[in-house]
Amino acid sequence: MSQTRRPAPLLPPEAGRDLPLLTVCAILVFLACLAVIGAAGTWRASDAWTGQLASEITLQIIPGADGDGEAAAQEAGQLASGLPGVISVEIRSRAASEALLRPWLGRASLPDDFPLPRLVTLNVDPDDPPLVAAIETLFDDAAYRVIVDDNQLWAAALARASITVRWFAIGLALLVCGAAAAVIAFAARASLSMRRDVADALHLVGAPDRFITGLFQERFFMLGLKAGIAGALLALLAAFALAELGGTAGAIFFLPSLLPGWGAILILPAAAFLSGLVAALSARLAITTALATGWT
Amino acid sequence: MDQTQPEPHRDPDAGPAVRFDNVGMRYGRGPEVLSDISFELARGSFQFLTGPSGAGKTSLLRLIYLAERPSRGLISLFGSDTSALARDDLPVLRRRIGVVFQDFRLLTHLSVFDNVALPLRVAGQRVSQYREDIVELLNWVGLGERIDALPPTLSGGEQQRAAIARAVVSRPEILIADEPTGNVDPEMARRLLRLFAELNRLGTTVLIASHDIALIRSMKVPVLELAGGRLTTRTRAA
Repeated sequence: MSQTRRPAPLLPPEAGRDLPLLTVCAILVFLACLAVIGAAGTWRASDAWTGQLASEITLQIIPGADGDGEAAAQEAGQLASGLPGVISVEIRSRAASEALLRPWLGRASLPDDFPLPRLVTLNVDPDDPPLVAAIETLFDDAAYRVIVDDNQLWAAALARASITVRWFAIGLALLVCGAAAAVIAFAARASLSMRRDVADALHLVGAPDRFITGLFQERFFMLGLKAGIAGALLALLAAFALAELGGTAGAIFFLPSLLPGWGAILILPAAAFLSGLVAALSARLAITTALATGWT
Repeated sequence: MDQTQPEPHRDPDAGPAVRFDNVGMRYGRGPEVLSDISFELARGSFQFLTGPSGAGKTSLLRLIYLAERPSRGLISLFGSDTSALARDDLPVLRRRIGVVFQDFRLLTHLSVFDNVALPLRVAGQRVSQYREDIVELLNWVGLGERIDALPPTLSGGEQQRAAIARAVVSRPEILIADEPTGNVDPEMARRLLRLFAELNRLGTTVLIASHDIALIRSMKVPVLELAGGRLTTRTRAA
C-alpha cells in the first residue's frame, strides 16, 4: 500500500453530471457580468459627459438677415469673455457648424449666404459658472440673436438617466444572482438525493450535519468558481468585441464609448469569487434544510 | 468453532449501555412492528438477538443505533434518555456505536481502505494516524490483499468483512451486527466471532442479530428472542 495515500473524496466525482449545471451557471454569470460592464460603461460615459457639460456653456449666434456671422461670433466671444466665471472663449468656425449638420444634410456644401448659426463655447468655472440670465443680458442690444444653451438641464437629465441605468443594471445582476442561487439550491438538493447513501453512511458513523453540508458546499463552491471564471471571461471578451466591432466608439459621435477599461479585468476575480460564494451559500442552505427535515 | 465464552468487562458502578422500557415502534401509520420491548444490555455484555424473519430484529437494532425513534416507550443509551436528545447530540452518541449492516452499506466509490477509515476520518483523524491500524485490521479480516479494491468488485463475504472492519475500527463502546456471518464460510465466521469476542473483552458491549443457531450456541451467551415484534424469551444458550 502506498505510504503517501491520500483520502479519497467522500463525494464521488460527477464531472459528467456537473457539466450542464456548470454551463447554466456560466451563462448566468455571463449575463450578470455584461449587465455590470454595461452599467460601468454608462456610468463612466455619463460622468465624462456631465463633467464636460458643467464646464461649458454654448452660445448659438444667429446673425441678422444681412449680418456677418463671423463678426457676430467674434463680438459675442469678446463680450462674454469679460463675464465673471468665464475662463476662456472658443469661437467655432462655420465648418464646425456645418459638421454638426452633416449627419442630417450630408456632405453637400451649404450656400455661403445660408444663415448658419455660429457656435461660441464658453469654458466656465464649474463651481462658479456665470448665470444664464447674465449672459443673455449682455446681448440685449446686439444686432444678432444669441441663444444660450443651458447645459445644466442636460446635465441633470443625463445624471438621472445614468442613475436609472445603473440601478437597472444592479437589479438585473441581483436577479441573475438570485436565479443562479435557485438553480444551485435545486441542484444541491438533487445531488443530496442522488448521494443519499453517502449522507446516510456518514450520519451513521457519527458525522454531524455540518460535516456533510461542508462536503456539498465545497463541491458547489468549486463549481461556482469555475462558472464564474468562464462566465466573466466570456463577458469581457463579448464586451470588448461589441465595443470594438459593432459598438459605439466613433460610429455615432454623440453616444459614449462602452469599451470597458482595464479596470474591467477586476470583474474576473470578483465574479469568480462571488459566483463561488453564492453557489456555496445556496448549497449550504439547501443541504442544511434537507438534512434537518429528511434525516433522523 | 471457538467455544470460549467471552469474559465480559463489567463496571458495577455504571448503568446499562442500552435500556428499553416498554418500547413500541411503527413505521408511519402502519401496525406496530415492535411492541412492549423491555430489556437491558449491561456495559461490556455480549448477547445475541434472534427470531424468525420479520420478527423485528432489524427494527430493534435501528432503534439502538438511532436511525429510528420509538413510537412509544423509553430508550436510554449510556444512561441518557434518547428522546431528550437534540439533533446535534446524535453524532457524538453514534460515534460510540459501531454497526454492521445486513446490506453492508459500503460506499461504492471508496476503496476498502477508505470505507473502513470512514469513522476515523469523520472523527477528524489524519491518514498518518490510522493507516497502520487499518492495514492490520484488514489483514486480520482477510482483506489485506483487497485494500485498494472497490466494493462492487468484492464478493459478498469480502464486503461483509469490510463492513465489520468499518464497524470495529474505532473500538466502539457498543457493537451492533445484523447477520454479520451470513455471507462467510464457517472458518471466517469463527474468525469474525473471535474478533467480536476480543472487542468484548476490551469492554465493548456486543449485540449480534443472527439466525445461525449453531453460531449462537457456540458462544454460550444470553439470547434475546423476538417473535411477532415482541421479546418472547431471554435465555442463556445451552
